[in-house]
Amino acid sequence: MTDWTRESGASIAGAVRAGEITARSIVERHLDVIEARNPLLKAFTDVTAGRALATAERLDARRRRGEALPPLAGVPFAVKNLFDMAGLPTRAGSKINRDRPASEVDATAISRLEAAGAILIGGVNMGEYAYDFTGRNAHDGHSRNPHDPERMTGGSSGGSGGCVAAGMAPVALGSDTNGSIRVPASLCGLFGLKPTYGALSRGGSFPFVTSLDHVGPLARNVEDLAMVHDAMRGRDPRDPACWGGPAEPLAPQIENGIGGLRIARAGGYFTRLASPQALAAVETVASALEAWRVVDVPEAERARAAAFVMTMTEGAALHQDRLRQRITDFDPEVRDRLLAGAMLPGAWYHRAQVFRAWYKEAVAELFREVDVLIAPATPVSAPLVDQRVFTVEGQDMPVRANLGIFTQPISFIGLPVVAVPVWPATGMPIGVQVIAAAGRDDLALRIARHLEREGICAARVAD
Amino acid sequence: MPASDPPDFEALASALARALALPVTEETLPGVATNLALAYRLAPAFLDFPLPDTLEPAAIFDPRPNPVVAP
Repeated sequence: MTDWTRESGASIAGAVRAGEITARSIVERHLDVIEARNPLLKAFTDVTAGRALATAERLDARRRRGEALPPLAGVPFAVKNLFDMAGLPTRAGSKINRDRPASEVDATAISRLEAAGAILIGGVNMGEYAYDFTGRNAHDGHSRNPHDPERMTGGSSGGSGGCVAAGMAPVALGSDTNGSIRVPASLCGLFGLKPTYGALSRGGSFPFVTSLDHVGPLARNVEDLAMVHDAMRGRDPRDPACWGGPAEPLAPQIENGIGGLRIARAGGYFTRLASPQALAAVETVASALEAWRVVDVPEAERARAAAFVMTMTEGAALHQDRLRQRITDFDPEVRDRLLAGAMLPGAWYHRAQVFRAWYKEAVAELFREVDVLIAPATPVSAPLVDQRVFTVEGQDMPVRANLGIFTQPISFIGLPVVAVPVWPATGMPIGVQVIAAAGRDDLALRIARHLEREGICAARVAD
Repeated sequence: MPASDPPDFEALASALARALALPVTEETLPGVATNLALAYRLAPAFLDFPLPDTLEPAAIFDPRPNPVVAP
């Protein structure tokens, strides 16, 4: 008998559309898993069971009337709780925001996924105001990794990673400013898509650093990433940075193979502070792709520093009133970073933005020689939930600031990335970034699908 | 470019907090100073990088009014 909580979204939609199972039954089974596993894993902060069951009933009624159902019919999905959900205040991982009025309308991403037949089952945990790489949250409890609850999920989309790895939902939306989709995908052993900047609408989501904020899905397979992407694409007046994404849907392209693609490994900065496990994962992926060429991403370390300063400054600017009025209601680890960010010189921010313009062109030049780059997603696999420091190459590095050292230089210029999971013989998974030129999300997905088809990369539901 | 001789970050953070009316307390000062020091350590990586004077920042400003969105 099929355990539908371990199936992909595509498989679920196929079965619901064919009438092999009802959408209601799919939702009920996922709600059962949430009820059983969420007290330990702290993935969900809001379960929208009533709404989900009502949506499922409407889908089932449409099918009974003989209507053709949309492509994601019956696919449960969760959203990081910075997305507006009608009827609920948008927490954004904070204590402060839950005092705000309930949202009147859904975020654009939710509306579009529901129009495609998917079913919202709730909001999930995240690091406060998305300023986090760990999945820790002082207000809602720390997200715990379903593959080892003593370990962190990564963040800030920690609940998104946790719920998909636990079989609570086949797909969850996250946001990624500096790595917040790719880091939890890496630590939870999932596929994650950070699309090209502006490709998918952020309308109705609570911002962090608008210059760098992206939204995208985490899932257990590549087809689900592409289908969710396609359902979310299109221009949106609610997001001034949204240009609408690729003209053609991506799902039909993922089986196009990798023939003729020029694939290289990112060397230099992307190897220096990677653990042996991270380097081995890159080696596994690169060997499977026969990617022998190594290239340097020019000035990646400077890009990471500039992203770091931009994040501190824009984050502090966004929250300056809340810092002055509600200082005791912040997570202390976030509070101290925001306060420090409020003290940085404006000239630094401007210089970081000028450097960003230079770096974008320098990396675009590199992408005239290669189509896809392979790099580690995180320097290490999942640390313990309370671990403060990890050590690589004899260097102690604070976990919170450094899990994203390999993701920050990429999102800084908005390049599309698919994080793919690699499992060692024993122990926890770790992710590898498949990076393409701006607007070529299709190439990153094609490579990821090839790796999945060849059995090099796979996601698992934790037992 | 930050000074090559690192400042006393607790003193710097304390002074800036007063100047900017930021609610930094004795309890929170060490954490704020640690984060400020980290930014000062990282920033020279891009502040010292030579860039053309004519290069415009990456932030995109669109002078057209935003479209009106119905609630």
